[in-house]
Amino acid sequence: MSDHEYTPKSKVGKWFNDRLPLLTLANHLTDYPTPKNLNYWWTFGGILTFCLITQIITGIILGMHYVAHADLAFQSVEHIMRDVNYGWLIRYVHANGASMFFLAVYIHIFRSLYYGSYKSPREVIWIIGMLIYFLMMATAFMGYVLPWGQMSFWGATVITNLFSAIPLVGDSITTWLWGGYSVDNPTLTRFFSLHYLFPFLILGLVILHIWALHVPGNNNPIGIDIKKPSKDTVPFHPYIVIKDLFALLIFLIIFAFFVFFSPNILGHADNYIEANPLVTPAHIVPEWYLLPFYAILRSVPDKLLGVIAMFAAIFVLVILPWLDTSKVRSTVFRPIYKQFYWFLVADVLILGYVGAMPAEGLYLLIARVATAYYFAHFLIILPFLGMKEKTTPLPLSITEPVLGGSTDMAMARNNRDFKERL
Amino acid sequence: MSDSDKKKPNRRDFILTATTAAGAVGVGAAVWPLVDQMNPDASVKALASTEVDISSVQPGQSITVIWRGKPVFIKRRTQDEIDSARAVDLSELKHPEKDEDRAKNPEWLVMLGVCTHLGCVPLTDKGDYNAWFCPCHGSHYDTSGRIRKGPAPTNMEVPKYEFVNSNTIKIG
Repeated sequence: MSDHEYTPKSKVGKWFNDRLPLLTLANHLTDYPTPKNLNYWWTFGGILTFCLITQIITGIILGMHYVAHADLAFQSVEHIMRDVNYGWLIRYVHANGASMFFLAVYIHIFRSLYYGSYKSPREVIWIIGMLIYFLMMATAFMGYVLPWGQMSFWGATVITNLFSAIPLVGDSITTWLWGGYSVDNPTLTRFFSLHYLFPFLILGLVILHIWALHVPGNNNPIGIDIKKPSKDTVPFHPYIVIKDLFALLIFLIIFAFFVFFSPNILGHADNYIEANPLVTPAHIVPEWYLLPFYAILRSVPDKLLGVIAMFAAIFVLVILPWLDTSKVRSTVFRPIYKQFYWFLVADVLILGYVGAMPAEGLYLLIARVATAYYFAHFLIILPFLGMKEKTTPLPLSITEPVLGGSTDMAMARNNRDFKERL
Repeated sequence: MSDSDKKKPNRRDFILTATTAAGAVGVGAAVWPLVDQMNPDASVKALASTEVDISSVQPGQSITVIWRGKPVFIKRRTQDEIDSARAVDLSELKHPEKDEDRAKNPEWLVMLGVCTHLGCVPLTDKGDYNAWFCPCHGSHYDTSGRIRKGPAPTNMEVPKYEFVNSNTIKIG
């Protein structure tokens, strides 16, 4: 992996490393050459790793006290809140941790969209990332069912009913998912099992995500290729480690604000009412991080097409590296795309907002326009813009804007040739 | 390096040490709840005492009740059993304790029915002393619940208890 061969200094270290090269791996991670111009938007990878580990640790602990049974689940959550030592803290960290995880992942994804990190040669990193995102949504959804409150129950009912839209086999699939003829105890126990499993699948994918990242190395804010290591890079440790830790600290302050001062603001009060299969709450909404997709689902008047549109909204992200035809990665050099980028940000925020509102009247109209624009951005604007847009000149290296040129002539030539091709 | 080694700690050293110390305190404070959650919770602590009605226990009879998830033997001893327990010379005992200290009211012996070897429940009216015998690894206890023979290191433990009235014992 590393460009240079690494030999441990101590005899024992060498003996061990010859048999299992963990020290080589540690050395690679320490010395890993990183573009020196990475900004704070690049700290969210580390923050997300922290979020995943936090969710796994607090989740394992909650699993020690939680009872996955339709008659006992709700009580056991109250038991955690009232009786278990620091149970309230651990549960609030886990519940708000899910929101923090999604907040960070959305920033991470939009970072990628802005700086073109999904483009060649990083398509596989991007696709693994999208798989992680998809698994995160599934995990979060199943986790929300476990407290067995009213929102848990009716959220589970609505989402599992999405599958009934599939022609011919839809009903059989829904029955299979439920393990019965409605959401009930068998549904709860399998959701608990899978909610426990998925984070470890995510962890495995995160390792692949980082491995795939370390092959080409990090993209950077100006999105040009750099030689590694060179004057354009700094070692991961201590430079990036300290920067990541500082960003994590700021992130933790926001996290702690939610946990200690408004732990329920991101949840829904109805989930403190035990699940009742006979009464649906007047207004049911998913957690905030699923709202844009929920808005897309509801904006299509046909059941099957609505479900297809919702899944297509995710799938269109997976094939993004081939939809965006522009060879220039960073939005910094794409004046027109920059405007469309911010339109997309606004569009997703609007979708999130109308997703939380009743699906009627003006809200429904806005949701339909925003849904249409969402797909237009990826399927029409991006492919054509990449071919038509006149980009501004790329610098030859990261140091060029400051020092007037790269010290590495071959690399500079590459970047110049690349520019001339455009 | 050799030059800076000799130097007095500078401001950077101070900042590094202070940051590391603050970080260590923060990590410790964050980890403690994760550890403490495995200790007995409030619902377990709420069960810390048990009241037992002993009015129907006959002399020579032993009952077993559950306190904090463990068996507690409440034995109403006969005069013979009391006498044999009190006659023992303390020098014969592996874990010397007077019967008078173990049973304040000589008629009633209250102790945890847990063998001090590896936690099995001894059988009543069995063994060399016709008192308690642990079937797991062969520990013999006398009529005061004291270890006399076998691998157990100490006498069976006497919990904190009191007579609420002549018919009721409160354990814990």
